[in-house]
Amino acid sequence: MTQASSGTPSGARFVNIGERTNVTGSARFKKLIMAGDYPAAIEVARQQVDNGAQVIDVNMDEGLLDAVAAMTTYLKLIASEPDIARVPVMVDSSKWEVIEAGLKCVSGKPIVNSISMKEGEEPFLEHARKCMDYGAAVVVMAFDEKGQADTKERKIEICCRAYTLLTGIGFPPEDIIFDPNVFAVATGIEEHDRYGLDFIEAVAEIKARCPHVHFSGGLSNLSFSFRGNEPVRRAMHSVFLYHAIPAGLDMAIVNAGQLDVYDQIDPALREACEDVIMMRRPGVGEDGKTATERLIELAESFKGKDAVAEKAAEEWRGWDVVKRIEHALVRGIDAHVVEDTEEARAAIAARGGRPIEVIEGPLMGGMNVVGDLFGSGKMFLPQVVKSARVMKKAVAHLIPFIEAEKDAGTKSKGRIIMATVKGDVHDIGKNIVGVVLQCNGYEVIDLGVMVPWSKILEAAAEHDADIIGLSGLITPSLDEMVTVAEEMQRAGLTIPLLIGGATTSKVHTALRIDPAYEGPVVHVLDASRAVGVASQLLSDTQSVPFVEATAEEYEKVRIAREGKGQSELLPIADARANAFKPDFALKPAAPVEPGLHVFEEWDLADLAATFDWTPFFRAWELAGNYPAILNDDVVGESARSLYADAQAMLAKIIDEKWLTARGVCAFWPASREGDDVLLANGTRIPMLRQQVKKSRGPNGQGRANYCLADFIDTENDWLGGFAVGIHGIEPHLARFQAAHDDYSDILLKALADRFAEAFAERLHSHVRTRLWGYAPDEQFTNEALIREEYRGIRPAPGYPACPDHSLKPILFDLLKASDNAGIVLTESQAMLPTAAVSGFYFAHPESSYFGVARIGRDQLEDYAGRRGVDLATAERWLRPNLD
Amino acid sequence: MMSARTKFLEEAAKRVLITDGAFGTEIQNWKLSEADYAGDLGLSHDQKGNNDILALTKPEVPESIHRAYFEAGADIAETNTFSANRISQADYGAEHLVREINVESAKLARRLADEYEAKDAQNGISRPRFVAGAIGPTNKTLSLSPDVNDPGYREIDWDTLVDVYKEQAAALVEGGADFILIETVFDTLNAKAGIMAVRQLEADLGREVPIMLSMTLTDLSGRNLSGHTVEAFWYAVRHAKPVTIGLNCSFGATQLRPHVKTLSEIADTLIMIYPNAGLPNELGAYDEMPETTAGFVGEWAVAGQVNVLGGCCGSTPAHIAAIAQKVTGMAPRHIPDLKPETRLAGLEPFAVAAD
Repeated sequence: MTQASSGTPSGARFVNIGERTNVTGSARFKKLIMAGDYPAAIEVARQQVDNGAQVIDVNMDEGLLDAVAAMTTYLKLIASEPDIARVPVMVDSSKWEVIEAGLKCVSGKPIVNSISMKEGEEPFLEHARKCMDYGAAVVVMAFDEKGQADTKERKIEICCRAYTLLTGIGFPPEDIIFDPNVFAVATGIEEHDRYGLDFIEAVAEIKARCPHVHFSGGLSNLSFSFRGNEPVRRAMHSVFLYHAIPAGLDMAIVNAGQLDVYDQIDPALREACEDVIMMRRPGVGEDGKTATERLIELAESFKGKDAVAEKAAEEWRGWDVVKRIEHALVRGIDAHVVEDTEEARAAIAARGGRPIEVIEGPLMGGMNVVGDLFGSGKMFLPQVVKSARVMKKAVAHLIPFIEAEKDAGTKSKGRIIMATVKGDVHDIGKNIVGVVLQCNGYEVIDLGVMVPWSKILEAAAEHDADIIGLSGLITPSLDEMVTVAEEMQRAGLTIPLLIGGATTSKVHTALRIDPAYEGPVVHVLDASRAVGVASQLLSDTQSVPFVEATAEEYEKVRIAREGKGQSELLPIADARANAFKPDFALKPAAPVEPGLHVFEEWDLADLAATFDWTPFFRAWELAGNYPAILNDDVVGESARSLYADAQAMLAKIIDEKWLTARGVCAFWPASREGDDVLLANGTRIPMLRQQVKKSRGPNGQGRANYCLADFIDTENDWLGGFAVGIHGIEPHLARFQAAHDDYSDILLKALADRFAEAFAERLHSHVRTRLWGYAPDEQFTNEALIREEYRGIRPAPGYPACPDHSLKPILFDLLKASDNAGIVLTESQAMLPTAAVSGFYFAHPESSYFGVARIGRDQLEDYAGRRGVDLATAERWLRPNLD
Repeated sequence: MMSARTKFLEEAAKRVLITDGAFGTEIQNWKLSEADYAGDLGLSHDQKGNNDILALTKPEVPESIHRAYFEAGADIAETNTFSANRISQADYGAEHLVREINVESAKLARRLADEYEAKDAQNGISRPRFVAGAIGPTNKTLSLSPDVNDPGYREIDWDTLVDVYKEQAAALVEGGADFILIETVFDTLNAKAGIMAVRQLEADLGREVPIMLSMTLTDLSGRNLSGHTVEAFWYAVRHAKPVTIGLNCSFGATQLRPHVKTLSEIADTLIMIYPNAGLPNELGAYDEMPETTAGFVGEWAVAGQVNVLGGCCGSTPAHIAAIAQKVTGMAPRHIPDLKPETRLAGLEPFAVAAD
C-alpha cells in the first residue's frame, strides 16, 4: 500500500509501516534476536525498506529478552546502515522504559508506539511531555483507566479526551497518531460482530473532531479467527483497508506484500468479507446462517488454494516462446508474460546463457517492434503504455536472477534520471515520457514527484546517469528547474538536461535554464520527441552537431528576446486609466444563498456525464476533438480502444466508489479599491493589470487594459470562490504500481483530472442557477458549457488572468478548503490531491477571460506593497510575467 | 521585563542582525605562552591551546576580542566556551573548572554587551545586545562508533552527555547568557541531548532558556557527520522551538549557499548563518578577504534568506564589519508559515500530510 516510490520525500498520504522487525509479529525476527544474530536481523530491516516501508517498527517485547538491551543494540546498529537509517523509526513497546531507552538512540524524529491513559492522566501526560522533549510523534492507544476501547463510542470518547489533554500541554496535534484498536471479527461471539465497522466509523468521527491527527492500526488482529488460512486473511485485510482508508486511516502496520488487490479478490469471498466487516447483513439471513457462518463456510474452499483461475489457452499460446513474447508486448497482454519469460530464461540457461539475454534478446526484440510501430505512427501512446506494463512485469521476474548472477552489466542505450521537481506533484506527462523511453531501450530511474535537487544529483551520481530529465506542470516549477540546473553546474556535471512539462517552453528554457548550466539543455515538447532527443544526445556521431544546433537555436531565441520583439509597456498609471469599465447597472444581484456551501460527496455519475473528453485524449497525445476523434482516419482506432478502457474504468470508479468528489464554494460581499478586490471581512485580494500597450482598433477605439478587479463595482458587489478535489486515488494507484501497471495508473490519473474539471464546471452551473442564482433559467448543452457560453467566469490563481499562484492560500483560507474539501497546498502552491480545481467567481455579464501577460517593474513594486510581501517574494511568484 | 526571546524577535523583525566571528584565530594573534594560559591555577597539564580557560587566567584577551566584534557592529556576543565542557576540559586536567570558566565567560560577555547597549542608549539609540552561551559538540558522538569492527559501540551514552551539557548550560545561564547556542552540530543526536539538557535546566529554573541551534555540514551534498540532510536535521530538532536555526563552520559561504536556501524555505524560525572565511589554503590558513565574504553572505540577505549573519573559522573583526556594513538597511528574512504536517525524519525527511 505504499503511496509512491522512494523518490517521494514528503507529503505522503498513506504510510506503510514495516512490521517485520517486531518480535511479537515475526517468528523469524524473534528467533534471530533471541539467538543474538544481529547481522541477519539488520538484513530484515534492510529488506523492509527496500520493499517500500516508509517507517520501520521496532519491537523487542519478549518475556525472555532484556528488551532495553535488545532495543538499544538494534537501534545503534541500524544507525550505521544509511540504507536503513534514512527512514524514520517507530519505537514500539508496551514498556515505557524500553521506549525511553530507544529514544536515547534515535537521531532523527521517530514515532513512539505507544502511550495511553491506561494508568491514568498523570503518567500519560508525563510520557507525552517526555516525547516532546525527545522530539517524537506518538501513537496513542484508545485505552483508559477502565480498559481498552471496544465500541465506537468508547473509541471516540477516549481519543477525544486524549486529544484535549495533549493539546492542552502544547503537544502538536499533527504529531498525534490514534490507534483505536483493531479487534478480531467473525469469532462467533455476537458482540464482536461490530468491531470492524466500529473502528472505521470511529476513525471518521474522531478525524472530524480532532483536527490534524493521524490514524494507525495493526491489521493482523482483524482476521485472527482465520489463522492458517492466508487467502482469507489477505482478503479480509484488503477489504478492511479499502473501507478504512477513505474514513481516515492513514498509517498501518502491515506487510505490504501480503495484501490482495481489492477488485481481484474472488467476488464471492470479497462479498462475504464485506458482509462480515461492514455488517452489511446483520443477524441470521434467509439461508438460516449469519454472515460469519457464511464466511467460515466459504473459507474452507480457499484453504491452501491459489485463487487465480486458469484461462483458456488461445491460439497464439501454441507459438514458440519468442513469438509469444513479441505478441504479448505488441498487444499489451500481461496474463502469461511471467511464465513465458521464465520459459525463455530456462531455455537460455539450459544452453549456458545468462538471464540478461532474455532482456537483450526476446524482450528487446519485441520492444523494438513496438518502438518501430510507434515511430511509424502505427501504434499510439495508450498501447505503448500497455506494452510497457508487460515489459515491466517480465523484467521484474528476471531481476532476482540477474542480481543473483551479480554481474549485472545490462547494455541499455543509456540511463536516464527522471523527476518531477520539488513542490510539484504532477506526473502524468513524466510517466508517459518514462514509459516511451523504456520502450525504446533506455533505462529510466524515476525518482517520483516533489524531488529536491539534492536527490536528483545524488541519484545521477549513484547511477552514473547519462541524462537528467525534469518535469513540472505549475509555474513555480520553472524556478525550481533553474535551481536544479544551477546545482548541476555547481556539481560539475556535464550530462544533458532535458526539460518537459506543460508550463515549460523553448523560450523559458533558452532564457533561464540554458544559461544556468554549461552542459546541453534541451526542451522536449512532448513524449514522442523524447526518444529522438535522447538518441541524438547519446549518439557518438550525432551528439555534437545536435548539441551545437540546439545551443545556436536557443542563442537565437535569446537574441530575439533582447529588446526587440517585445511589445511596449504602459506605465501602470496609464494602464489603469485605460481600465475596462463595465456597465454596473448590469451587475448581479446578491446571492440567493450567501455564505459557505460544502459538498461532501458530489455524485460521480453526474460528473461523468459532463466530462470534456478532448483534453483527455490530448493527455495521451492523440490529437483531435471529441467525439470526432473516435472516427479519425489516423488515430480513430487507438482513440476508440482508449475510450473503451476509460469507460470501463469509469464504471468501476462510480460503482465501487473509488473516488470521492469533495468541494466548497462561498460568496462574499465585495468592493473594488484600485486594482484590489476588498471583501467585507477585510480580506484584500490584489489583482494584476495588463500593461502591454494596446493597438487601436479600426474605429480608433483602443481596447482596455484588463484587470479582474474591473469586474467588481466600487461598492455593494459580490465575489465568489470555490475549490473542488477528487479524493481517494492513492490506494488504487498503489495497487496499479505494485502490479507494474502504468497504463491503468495513467488512465486513472487522467480520469481523476476529468472528474475535477467536470466538478468545477458542474458546481459553477449550480452556482449560476441556484446558489448565486443570477441565471436561474439558463439551459446549455454540454458542448455549449465546454465552449463557456454562460455568463460569468471562474479564473484560477496561477492562470493567465490571475497569474499569482500565491493568492491560493488566501482563497483557501476564505473557503477553509483544507477542512471543507480536504485540499492542501504544497510549498509551490500545487494542490493536493492532484486532481483539484480552485478559483474565483465573477458574475458580471461583461466579465471575460484574458491574459495579464508581461508587466513592468512599477506594477511589480506596487503589487508587492498591496500584497504585503517583499519585492523578492513577489518577483519569485510573478517571474513568468516579468522580463 | 521583556524576555530575551521576545526582545530578539523584535530586533530581528527590523533588520538583519550580526553575530560575531572567530575567537581562535584572534587569540593566536596574542602569541600567548603556556604560562599565560596556565596562570596560577596550578594545573598539572600543559594548558597551551585551552582557549576557554583564558576567562580565568587572562580575561583581557577574550575581553578585547568581544570589544573588537562589538565595535565591528555585532549584536550578539558568543561566549568563548566552545570547549568548556567536562569532556574537552578533561584533556587539560581542568574538568573541575567547567562551572567557573562558563560563569566567568558569560559574565564577561554580559558586561560588555550591557556596556555597548548603555553607550548607545546614552546617544538615544535603542539597540539591545545579546549574549549567546556557546556549547560545542564535544569530541564524542552518540550516533557513530569509533570502532569500525563494532558498529554498535559508543564512546559515550545519552545520560552522560545530557549531564555534561546541562552542567555547562547551567553555568552559562548563571553568568548571564540570554541563549544557549548549541553549535557546530556534527551529530544530530548530540544536539538532541543538548536540547534535553536545556529542558531539564528550564525545569530546575522554572523559566524558559531559549535555544539557538547551528548545524555543521561535512560534505557538499548537505549532510552532517551523522548523515542527516539539512531538512532531516531541522525536523529532528524542531521540538526545541529554537530562536534561530542555521549553519556554521566546515565550509565557506559559496559552499553553503544551496543549503541556506533550503533551510530558509522550511524553517519557521529565524535563520542564523556564520560560515568560515572561505576554504583554507594549502597552509591551512583562511585568506578570503572581508569584502569577498561580505559579498557572498550579502547575497543571502538580498534574497531574503537570512536573519542573522556572522563568521566562523578564519573570520576577523574586519570580516564582521564588512558584513555589517553590507547588510545595513536590508530587509530581514520573513519567517514562513508552515502547514501542519507530521514531519518525521530518519537521515532523510519524511512528512505525512495532515488534513
